[in-house]
Parts: sequence; structure tokens; C-alpha cells
Amino acid sequence: MTVFLLRRLFQSVIVILLVTVLTFALLRAIPGNPAIAILGPNSFRNPGAIRLFDQQYGFDLPWYSQYWLWLRHLLTGNLGFSWKLNQSVASLLGTHLPKTIFLVGISTILALLLAVPVGVIQAVRRNKFVDHFFNGFSTVFYAMPAFLLGILLILVFAIKIPIFPPEGPQGEGLGVLFTNFNALILPIISLTLITLALFSRYMRSSVLDNLTEDYVRTAKAKGASERRVLIRHVLRNSLIPIATLLGLSLPGIIAGALITESVFNYPGMGYLFYQAALNSDYPILLGITIVVAVATVVGSLLADVAYAVLDPRVRYVSQ
Amino acid sequence: MSLASVPPELPDPENPSATTGLVTTYDTDVVEREEAAEAAVAGTLPAGKPRSTFRRGLEVFVENKLALVGVGIFVFMLLFCFIGPLVYHTNQLQVNFGNEFISPGGAHPLGTDASGFDVLGRLMVAGQISLEVGIAAAALATILGVLWGAVAGYFGGVIDSVMMRIVDALLSIPVLFLAIVVVTLVTPTKPVLILVIALTSWLTTSRLVRGEALSLRTRDYVQAMKVMGGGSRRAVLRHIAPNAIGTIMVNATFQVADAIALIVALSYLGLGIRPPQQDWGGMLSDGIQYVNDGYWWLIFPAGLCIVLVIAAPIFIGEGLRDAVEVRLQRR
Repeated sequence: MTVFLLRRLFQSVIVILLVTVLTFALLRAIPGNPAIAILGPNSFRNPGAIRLFDQQYGFDLPWYSQYWLWLRHLLTGNLGFSWKLNQSVASLLGTHLPKTIFLVGISTILALLLAVPVGVIQAVRRNKFVDHFFNGFSTVFYAMPAFLLGILLILVFAIKIPIFPPEGPQGEGLGVLFTNFNALILPIISLTLITLALFSRYMRSSVLDNLTEDYVRTAKAKGASERRVLIRHVLRNSLIPIATLLGLSLPGIIAGALITESVFNYPGMGYLFYQAALNSDYPILLGITIVVAVATVVGSLLADVAYAVLDPRVRYVSQ
Repeated sequence: MSLASVPPELPDPENPSATTGLVTTYDTDVVEREEAAEAAVAGTLPAGKPRSTFRRGLEVFVENKLALVGVGIFVFMLLFCFIGPLVYHTNQLQVNFGNEFISPGGAHPLGTDASGFDVLGRLMVAGQISLEVGIAAAALATILGVLWGAVAGYFGGVIDSVMMRIVDALLSIPVLFLAIVVVTLVTPTKPVLILVIALTSWLTTSRLVRGEALSLRTRDYVQAMKVMGGGSRRAVLRHIAPNAIGTIMVNATFQVADAIALIVALSYLGLGIRPPQQDWGGMLSDGIQYVNDGYWWLIFPAGLCIVLVIAAPIFIGEGLRDAVEVRLQRR
């Protein structure tokens, strides 16, 4: 177990390093000159100023020194400086990231709470009406573009029947999320439905797999009721792969959040990323990419650890 | 958010594609065994040669009605987009502001859009782009993923570790993010989009194929070939990749769905194919600007096309997975 954990930790560090290399390569592939981007479009008339800028920020160094410098900055939490917003990427993330975490967190928990019973019912009533109904439901929401879902929700619940505001909560700070929670409901519903469509499929197949296991037959043979077998045996075992699914689906959920945030004009990290893409503000794009990637790597590490703890059958020693 | 990109990573390298459909295959197997037993009792063993694994797979696939519906929808969409314009002629090149926002009916069965284009005709032309990019990107991603995964799994050891860590690193970045960054760097034309999507979505395929390759490389026929002096190149291309074909095909269908969803998302963000060309995502995101004006025909036809064309490959993929299980059972 300890060997497995150490090994897995080492792998994660390597993966994060690779992500930084990749991101750095992208940063260098970007056309345009950071000096001109920051000093203004007319600065090309003043080569002295550009040279000074390059010297100050290390852009005159060879690429490996630049990488090293950049990596050291990353380790101290310096994610770079926005080319357009006159703010450091770290401080921008400080205001936008908590909002995304809040939205994604609530939606993921809701999706999970709904996906478990839905998946179990589908698996138990396999090929019955309920199964087909939820199958159709999850396929439609999986196939439906996230922005269409958002717009339809706005159309129905903000315009035709004006219960909720059409926009996410606006304004600085996390406080507005609570004072104006009404505005958060449509974005949450939207992201929950998309995530639910994905999770319930996995829950269904996970339960189906477990229903054919030997221990189910054993439990039934020992006289356990259907209900007990389902809840005490099948459900508990079926939840284990969900831990991995959660870790792995983080990038997907965050991508879904990007679309949802831009539909509802919700000032989270995805919205920040999208605006930065439109403005070619690369330090923001790459800073966010690094943050998301590290979160994913850590997430799947935690998922694997949880897996090893939850499932005694898993023997990682031989690997 | 994608089916193909989040495989339930169970530690089961023998059979990474197996998730659902176990019960189906058991059922048919039992029936067949019973039939064979009856035939044996009656003294009339089934004549002719035994049915091939392909035939049995096909039978399971055909039994799955949803999968057939999926095939039907996909074929219909292909005909609609590529043959449709030959039958239903519309002007999709010149803007005609005298004709904008005509309600469906008469000369325009689905009305016209903000530029006066006939919506039905536009759906056909836009669908060509969605389908071409989706299918081409999925094919390219599959080839790349199969080669990468087969090589990593076949060689194992350090090569495998290095190759799979690269995959892990790329997988930790959302595909949409990567695509957005790349698309801001290069003008998104059709070939560029195909390449971008392929280069960001081969990762899951490679993981699945690696899992298969890890178990396939120890099989007797691969070992025998090596003893006879065959090289690694031959092992990967002639033995490992073809034997993982079931997993690969199932994954490829999901890839098509995800690729189409990705261009739709990019189009919504204004980073997809550039005008005058348009894909379904572009039509839909243009249409929803008029959501308050009641121009439903600018939203629902395109929306329905997208949902159908993404759902169809998923149905097909699930049917294929059931069919592949039959093959796996015979191994």
C-alpha cells in the first residue's frame, strides 16, 4: 500500500511537470511579443523600451533558462501577469476561482445524489420502461449542447415564466452568491443536468456489473432480502468506481462550467478563460490551464487512494 | 464532458471495454447452448460450419433496436446532408435581406434566417461540415490513439511509462481549453479543426488500446511470431492493433459523438469554422440570438440535428459494445 502510494505520488509529480513543459511550449508557440502586448501597440517604435522590458523579465534568456525562471515563479504562486487586465493572474483567479468551485461543487454533489438512485433503478429494472426512460433522458442531455440547455432554461424559467433571473449573480466577492442565490439556481440546474447525464450512465453499468458478481448470489443464497442485497452489497461496491469517475471527469465538468458560465454571464473561471481567449490574453489562459491540470492530477490521485482504501480486493503491490 | 474521455478505470487490463451488456450475452449464450444441446439429443448437429464470431456479434448488434435506430439516424443524416442538396436546390451563397425571417411554409419549409438563407438548405450544407469534421477527426484520433497505445502496451517498461505519463498530462487539461488556445493561435478552417480535435481526443483511445495490448502481447500467437523472427513493427500493426479492433470500434463511435459536440461548443464560443461557412453549432448559436423574437425555426431544427447526430453514434457504440462482448467471451 505504501509502495503504491509513493509510486502514485511520484507519477503525479512527473505528470504535473509534463503539464508545465507542455504549457510552456504553448506559451512560446504563441505569436506576438509580450513586450508589445504589455507596453502597448505603439511601443514597437521604441526598441530600447522593448529591450529593457525583455531584460527585466528575462525574455532575452535562452528557452531553458526561461522555463526554469517560469517554473520557479509557478512554485511561488506567481502565475504571470495579464496582458490586458493589468492584474496578476493569481489575483484574477482569487476572485473568479471560488465562484467556479461553488457552482461546480454544488452541481456535482447534486448530480451525484441524483445519479446514484437513478443508476440503481435503471440497473435493477434493466430493459424495462424506467430504464429506457432514463436512458433516453441521459442521452438527450448528453447530446444536447450545454449552451442550448442554458438558453432553453432561460427561455422557460426566466422569460416565459419569470421565476428566476436570466443571469447568474453579478458583483464582486462570494457574498453575492448567497444574497442573490435565486440567480444561481438556473446555472446550477443546467450544470447538474449535464453532469447527471454522464454520471447516471456509469452508475447504471457499475451496478449492472456488480449484479452478476458471485457475492450477490452468495448473499441471496444466505437468505438476504433483495433490498438488503441491493443496498448493503451491490450499492456499496458500485460506488467505488464513482470515486475514480469523479477524479477523471473534473476536466469535463470544468469545460461544461465554461459554457454554462458564459451563457449565464456568471463571472467564474470559465468565463474568465473565455474572455481571455477572445482578447488573446495568453498568461490568463495558461495560468488557468495549469491550475485545472494540477487540480485534475491531484483529483485522480485522491480518487486512486480512495479506491485502494475502499476496495480491499484491489492489490496494487504487484504493479 | 464526454463519454469517451471518462472510462471507468477499473483495474482490469484483460477486458477494458467491458462495462455493460454482460447479461445480454449470457442470455444469448444460454439459448444457443440449449439449442445445440437439443440438436445433439436429436442427433442432428447443426449443419455447415459453425457461425463466425463476426456473425454472432452481428446478430447481437441487430437484436439491439436502439443500435439499429442509431445506424438509421446516422445514415439518414449522411444522406440528408450530402445527397439532399442535389435534390433540394437552395441559394446558400448570396445574402438576401429581402427574405429574412420568413416563417416556415410554402417555398421555405423551415423558413429563412437572418441573412435570408433557406434554413432547410442551410441545415444540409452546415451538416456536411459537422459530419466531415466529426468523422475525420474521430478517424484520425483513433489511428493516433491505437498506434500510441499499442506501442506503449507492447513494449511496456520505461517506454510505456513515459508514453502514458504524456497521455496523463494531456488528459488533465480539458479538451475544450486546449482547443480554445490552439484555435486562437491558428485560423480555424476545416482541416485545422479536424487536426485540433484529433490531436486533443486520441488520449482515451490510447489508454484503452494500451490496456488491451498489455494482455495481447503475452498471447501465444504473438510470442510465436516473435520466435519466427517477426519484428515489433509487425507485432504492433499485424497482431496487437487488429485484435483490439472491438475496443477500438466502440471507442471510435464515441469519438465521433464527442468530436461533433466539440465543434458545436467551439462554434458557440465564436471560435469554430468562420463565415461564410457554418456548421450546425454556428447555426444554433446564431439562432439563439433571436430566442426572444419567437423565431423557433432558427433554433429547434439545428438543435434537433445536433442532438440526433450525437445520440446516434452513442446508440451504435453501445450496440457494438454488446456485440464485442460476444467475441470476448469466445477468447
